[in-house]
Amino acid sequence: MSAHKITDEVIEYVGILAKLDLNDEQKEKAKKDMEEMLEYVDKLNELDTSDIEPMTHIFPIENVFREDEVTNSDGKEATLLNAPEKKDDGFKVPKTIEG
Amino acid sequence: MSREYETVIGLEVHVELATKTKIFCGCKTDFGGAPNTHTCPICTGMPGALPILNKKVVEYAMAVGIATNCEITKYSKFDRKNYFYPDNPQNYQISQLYLPICRNGKVEIEVGGVKKEIGIHEIHMEEDAGKLVHDEWEDVSIVDYNRSGVPLIEIVSEPDMRSADEVIAYLEKLRQTIQYLGASDCKLNEGSMRADVNISVRKIGQKEFGTRTEMKNLNSFKAISHAIEGETERQIELLEMNREVIQETRRWDDNKESSKSMRSKEDAKDYRYFPDPDLPPICIPDEWIQKVKDNQPELREEKLERYKKDYDISEYDASLITESKHLADLFEETTAICNKPKRVVNFILGELLRLLKEKEMDDSDISFSPENFAKLIELVDSGVVNSTVSKQVFGEIFENNVDPEVYIKENNLMVVNDDGELEKVIEEVISANPKSVEDYKAGKKKAIGFLVGQTMKAMQGKANPGKVNQILTEKLQ
Repeated sequence: MSAHKITDEVIEYVGILAKLDLNDEQKEKAKKDMEEMLEYVDKLNELDTSDIEPMTHIFPIENVFREDEVTNSDGKEATLLNAPEKKDDGFKVPKTIEG
Repeated sequence: MSREYETVIGLEVHVELATKTKIFCGCKTDFGGAPNTHTCPICTGMPGALPILNKKVVEYAMAVGIATNCEITKYSKFDRKNYFYPDNPQNYQISQLYLPICRNGKVEIEVGGVKKEIGIHEIHMEEDAGKLVHDEWEDVSIVDYNRSGVPLIEIVSEPDMRSADEVIAYLEKLRQTIQYLGASDCKLNEGSMRADVNISVRKIGQKEFGTRTEMKNLNSFKAISHAIEGETERQIELLEMNREVIQETRRWDDNKESSKSMRSKEDAKDYRYFPDPDLPPICIPDEWIQKVKDNQPELREEKLERYKKDYDISEYDASLITESKHLADLFEETTAICNKPKRVVNFILGELLRLLKEKEMDDSDISFSPENFAKLIELVDSGVVNSTVSKQVFGEIFENNVDPEVYIKENNLMVVNDDGELEKVIEEVISANPKSVEDYKAGKKKAIGFLVGQTMKAMQGKANPGKVNQILTEKLQ
């Protein structure tokens, strides 16, 4: 029995945020997966990190910049190759509510 | 009933920066390009594409922060804000949650002669999303990613405003400052400046804030002030009926002058923010801050002081003209050519503002050249055209940037300096209007105004009204 119980409500809500329509079987599987993940995080929490500065980046580098110069030309064709469906030189998607 | 309540307002203002390229790639940022032409694998979120930060974005953000009295965060970084929507091809927006580049600023506003400080909680850098167009014929939406990755700063105010007037004054102040810095053109109608308004109401004297709603889709100052008034009323009505205000995002409909609920607001935790591993942190040493400070252009207050010293114009006129960077630039460039500051100011504050208002245009839309404007000023000054005709010619310069010299010649608009012709016309006017002549002779001195008007009309405006008046007076003796 896991220390973290993922309820039906939680899995339902995560599904909404991820825009996923899960059937009952998938929900049960996802609940189990998430519980195991949380357990693993508990394991990490056993370490004492009170004296350790939070890491912002894995490499000790900073200030990587580019100058403000146009380097790309018309990318329409290449970009639209990635569109599963197109219309009027745009990506055609299911109707979204305005906003 | 609303006298017992006060409105508490905070703003989130998004400003598109005036860089040539996007925040993380070398694609153009020009407004209005053909769909998806300004795109590449980075700004369309293709797997494996690596963003690299545009240095100019950091410098513009610092410049705005410095001008609004913020502290610059010496160690800043980017985070990913995760959400799924077709305008966001990466499924996350690169933004700054934990270490925004600027914090704790303030600006001063003035409403009805009363000065007030509005706190700025933070300014952070982020990328804009693509644009969704809803198809007219099919039940689908079409996505254009030209705007995806255009650099934005989001300026988050403290909840310090109490009325629509204060909100407008704050926005005008931000717009003025940012335009002076050259960091953005701040056009509300093109979306390069956008404001989301957080509104709550509370009983006067109450310490805690009420539940707030966030209002989106506000594309003009007028829409903003109507939305604030409408939402204040709505919330007060709910409270008066002992009902609750629900925390939500609402969409303003300018045509219906009302708002409706968009969706219940996602919590910060729903966005699952985490540091963006693709972007190393930004370290800003004091020297860099100093360099940006040293390079700050002349802001409004300094310009105003300089105008008072350098130009022979009134303080009042100087303050009006420096309210807008565009008008101030036009004034300086034109005056540099013709050296007649008073005439230039009068034209700008008179005819130009009138035309902008009439055509519902923004002063950033002015497209005529200072050269043609200066030429017209010279022509007026030397008496080639009178003031009535000059307004007509100015209208042509404003619309089509015509060369006034050529236009005046082609349309034969010069003041007629041939006294013989003028006298002939005046005699005709006198004999055609015996009643006015009689009135004038009977002591109604005002009657001469009508005769001057008739003469100017017969001369198609091309006479000097002073001269007409003089000749008429002589002839009526």
